[in-house]
Amino acid sequence: MSGYSDVNRWHKQLNGSLVILKKNIFLYYMKSPVLIFGVLFPVFFFLAFKMGRDISPGNVVPGMVAMALWFSASAIGPLVTPWERGAKTWERLISTPISLRSILTGDVLSGFVFGCAISVIPVVLGLLLTDARIMNLPLLIGGILAGALCFSSLGVLLSSPPAASPSNIMLLSNLVRLPLLFVSGIFVPIAQMPAWAGWIAPLSPLSYASALIRASYGSVPYFPAWLCFLMLFIFTSVLFTISCRFHRMYRAKGL
Amino acid sequence: MIEKSVKMESVIKVNSLTRRFGNLTAVDGIDFQVNKGEIFGFLGPNGAGKTTTIRMLTGIIDPTSGSAMIQDHDIRKESILSREHIAVVPEQANVYLDFSVWRNLMLMAELYGVPRNRRINEGERLLDALGLMNKKDSKARELSKGFKQRLMLCAALVTDPEVLFLDEPTSGLDVHSARLIRKIVRELNNDGLTVFLTTHNMIEAGDICSRVAIINNGRIAAIDTPGNLRSMVRKRHYVEAVFKEQVPPLNKLESIPGVARVESDQDIFRLYTETPGSVATLLVVLTLDLGLELEQLNTRKPSLEDVFLYYTTGKGGSK
Repeated sequence: MSGYSDVNRWHKQLNGSLVILKKNIFLYYMKSPVLIFGVLFPVFFFLAFKMGRDISPGNVVPGMVAMALWFSASAIGPLVTPWERGAKTWERLISTPISLRSILTGDVLSGFVFGCAISVIPVVLGLLLTDARIMNLPLLIGGILAGALCFSSLGVLLSSPPAASPSNIMLLSNLVRLPLLFVSGIFVPIAQMPAWAGWIAPLSPLSYASALIRASYGSVPYFPAWLCFLMLFIFTSVLFTISCRFHRMYRAKGL
Repeated sequence: MIEKSVKMESVIKVNSLTRRFGNLTAVDGIDFQVNKGEIFGFLGPNGAGKTTTIRMLTGIIDPTSGSAMIQDHDIRKESILSREHIAVVPEQANVYLDFSVWRNLMLMAELYGVPRNRRINEGERLLDALGLMNKKDSKARELSKGFKQRLMLCAALVTDPEVLFLDEPTSGLDVHSARLIRKIVRELNNDGLTVFLTTHNMIEAGDICSRVAIINNGRIAAIDTPGNLRSMVRKRHYVEAVFKEQVPPLNKLESIPGVARVESDQDIFRLYTETPGSVATLLVVLTLDLGLELEQLNTRKPSLEDVFLYYTTGKGGSK
């Protein structure tokens, strides 16, 4: 009986997370801030880096994939919760029999799906327009999936402070996301970066996703693949756990 | 605190519930029970602690101390289980503005795990009952305030709750929407739904509530049926008289034994007393002695608004 009720409870919570995912897809994926910060941002960033420089496609494409994944997966979280708070729908969600953890899981899944979908675009463009070739497809898929989950959890964590407007949270999220971009081997492989950057790189989850994606395109991996997956798993767990705590702490603030 | 002891099944049990925000105690150790199948009115002035109480009971904020049970589930220890039994219609309609009426309804039903066939059938029935069927595909942002509130009620009812929390459901609504919402609430209550209603509308509370609690400065000042509360405030009882042609001198009316004070409003005289029956008799005698004639004579209980003012203006606000 107890076993059945536990399964039933888990099923209800999982269903709740999937309902939140569906709601976010229909409501937020096409919102202009999501498209600006999640899609246009990485494109213009990379163009700014690439224009006038002679960089091999084997270097450009994996960097573009990693950057698209970084910006898109982490774009949903910082927008959804402030929007919901502003519209007072957050109050409605937290009074349903769906736990806060399940609501946040739904938000993480929203970033995950968005990140995976957007990062497929540079992969396909790379195959069609350049001679960059995928040498290890399972590693690429694994890197994108693990990276999307991790970056999406970071986005949900960044959305936890109570803010009346999404723009305040986007400012905070860019303060975190932009510096990490430059020390994670996106534009320049970590092995070629200055020594100080090499010390900071392991602290960024983006470094591990970037290393996996580069390795899938045939580059010599800076970190072994197993370590990358392990670190992305640890980062995801820690970021999600902290975000659940912070969201619980700030649950009713500003309502 | 006055509470009628009724041996009924309680669906909400609140025990010393307290909520502080920094140095401010918004809700200060309140106790009450809501019985199955009643409409329980929760009245109080702005800032009295009504919404904070609803927010604690519905799991939006945690109590600082004390406890509350909904259908025997502790709101803190079994928060999710307690929320499975309830639905909330807040004062401000917080629908998803970019979703259609139908999608808003289905979203809420899906979050509560209502099976597909049931949510579709029930959703259509509710839209029809609340006059929203022709707006099924309209975006929520296109709805007027009254229609948004109707949608909120639909979205709450599609989850098939056992307890419905209504926070100022008819505040600022047009007459049609307010009447329709009251009618639906009454019908649902007749079918067994328990309703927890906060309102500023004393006529509404007196009209539809089985019992009311008056909260003031975070404390419960009184709980009972509207009729009993009106009887209890004895000093607000009065005898209302209208005289034909000539009226008696005011000092004669004030000298009737048992009359606390006399108020006149054009040709209507109100004699406030704790003993309206005997004052009415003495008034008839006085009228005959003075050779006057009465056109109307009534004994009146105070309105619920009088009771509310009595308890919230320092005369009954203590715990």
